[in-house]
Amino acid sequence: MRFDLLASPVDGVTEAYEVVAGFDGVLVAGLLRPGTEQIAALHALAAALSGTPLAGRVAEAVDKTVAGSISDEHLAALVAARSALLGASHDALLARLDEAAGRSREPWPAAGPGTPAGADNLLAAARSWLSELAIAGWRGIDHDLVSHADQAVQALLAEPRLRRLGALLDGFAGELRACAPGATMPRVPVRRWADLWARAVLLAQPGALAAVEPGTVSGRLLPLGVDLHEHPTAVQAQVHAVLETADGPRLVRASVSAPKVDTLVGSGVWQLLRGHSALLAAVTEQRAMDLTDMPITSGGDLIWSDAHAKPGAPAEPFATARVQLATASAAPVPPLERHPVRLAEPVLIEGYTATAHDDGVTITLPGLTVEVDVERMHGAGPLTPALVAASTACVGLLRWDGGWTIQPLAVEAQVKRKTVAVHAGAWAGGAADAAGAKAEAAAADAVKVLRERAGRLLRR
Amino acid sequence: MNAAQKPWEERSAARVVAPARPRKLAKVPFVELADGRLQGVVSSGSDIERVYVSSLTAANHSFHCSTNNNRPCGGIRTGGCNHLRALADEAVLQYGVARVARYLRADVADDATTGAAVLAAVNAWHEPSAGAPVFSRFLRHLAYLELSPTTEPLPELHWFPAGGAVR
Ligand SMILES: [Zn+2]
Repeated sequence: MRFDLLASPVDGVTEAYEVVAGFDGVLVAGLLRPGTEQIAALHALAAALSGTPLAGRVAEAVDKTVAGSISDEHLAALVAARSALLGASHDALLARLDEAAGRSREPWPAAGPGTPAGADNLLAAARSWLSELAIAGWRGIDHDLVSHADQAVQALLAEPRLRRLGALLDGFAGELRACAPGATMPRVPVRRWADLWARAVLLAQPGALAAVEPGTVSGRLLPLGVDLHEHPTAVQAQVHAVLETADGPRLVRASVSAPKVDTLVGSGVWQLLRGHSALLAAVTEQRAMDLTDMPITSGGDLIWSDAHAKPGAPAEPFATARVQLATASAAPVPPLERHPVRLAEPVLIEGYTATAHDDGVTITLPGLTVEVDVERMHGAGPLTPALVAASTACVGLLRWDGGWTIQPLAVEAQVKRKTVAVHAGAWAGGAADAAGAKAEAAAADAVKVLRERAGRLLRR
Repeated sequence: MNAAQKPWEERSAARVVAPARPRKLAKVPFVELADGRLQGVVSSGSDIERVYVSSLTAANHSFHCSTNNNRPCGGIRTGGCNHLRALADEAVLQYGVARVARYLRADVADDATTGAAVLAAVNAWHEPSAGAPVFSRFLRHLAYLELSPTTEPLPELHWFPAGGAVR
């Protein structure tokens, strides 16, 4: 891996982010009456898109916004412009990463439009709330405005094909609820909320969540590690793995997610997921799984079903990373997912020095110094920043949030003069230590209480 | 060469709200800081079919307590009732005393650690309001565990890393 290639800036990314930052600033006070600075930022957005097929629609949307008569369609055009800039940044960053890793990536296949998810009334309800938010601005949100999302979110979550939008809106609304009223917030997460809002507007367009028929794949699946995502009412485990196919090794992911409540956290979340993917047990046991005709998307996501998987031979993630990672090919990223936050590329790093400091851990590689993304490290497994600081090898995800970072999935570290491997997802199939087991039992108890309460009060 | 960490305002994955802490749910199955209130549900000690809906408003420190069938709580005294006290204690376990006090605009001492300290600081007064919106928030909360898990990827959750456990 040529880490030095990651040390220099990627052309155009800084410029794209400057334009995005201007637009995001407009959302702080809202789109209703943009001031001079905000109007300039909107014109800069239109100018950045001027040589593209979106040019006309974005220019019109900017004019209407400045004139104070914005419609749903104009909002969609502004979001398309912002998303195009970040999508292009994502593509440029990923291309640099692939070059550094010597990774080959398949092109995105030309595909038909897919089957619309339907439920246009639910999407319209979501769009209507999102326009209210944009007009009010983050400084203008209050408890009433936030709670307007409740009904739409509940309906979206109940519709499996719209779960993506439901889970996003619920996490977003939860943050707004905790921070309302906006007028008295000490600080505003300007980039983040613009991101969440813009992605929601995209997903709420009719056809955005159209279902595409997946392909199938067979071969030996060798897990590398687990990336865990969580907000108060959702949890997702995403297993990164190498799939040995007849055409060579491929990088794939397998996800499992579940709705939850806010008090289920830490190692308590695995039990919500375990029953729906035997892969989590395989991760803990460090086994391969043999797949037969497992559904897979063009983006390299397995749509896991235990019916297409059998437990296989022992497989150790560091051995997989050392032997397969350099040659495994990667899948293209679906157009609507292209945003730098989605960059999560598995890499193996060795021969570095790790230094702990007050805010985390710095890793120094030949030609590159990179921060460990300690905010993506969690208490649902045994891997800690201290172990990363004592490590000599790391399987992790390269990420980008204004700069490259590494999110460790596993490390090899010296513990009592012996090299041991510690995995962030080691407890996916069951906690091995006393504290983890205790947290699991407490979470099981909490689930039992809530199910009992639901049985008495909900089904009436 | 060292990519300096961007300011919080400029980060996509910036953490906005600290995760809740786990707690035992048997007595107080639901508590939240929402809609400008500390609000939640306390299970009745004597009747398993009954729960009390209690809330404390941040803006004027008025409190409400009634059963899910809208009968007034019989234990209302100056400063609260047993249900409101249980709610405040559990809120402190779930969110930490600082966050609860900040949300309720309660002026607590620096060494305050309990829900009782928060209630003492606000001097809550009784004003009956509707319990129904809080009860429906509770039912909505319960409904999450009734929804089915999925193995379709949710790419948007990359914005929501599990964490908050920097040790
Ligand atoms: Zn009471």
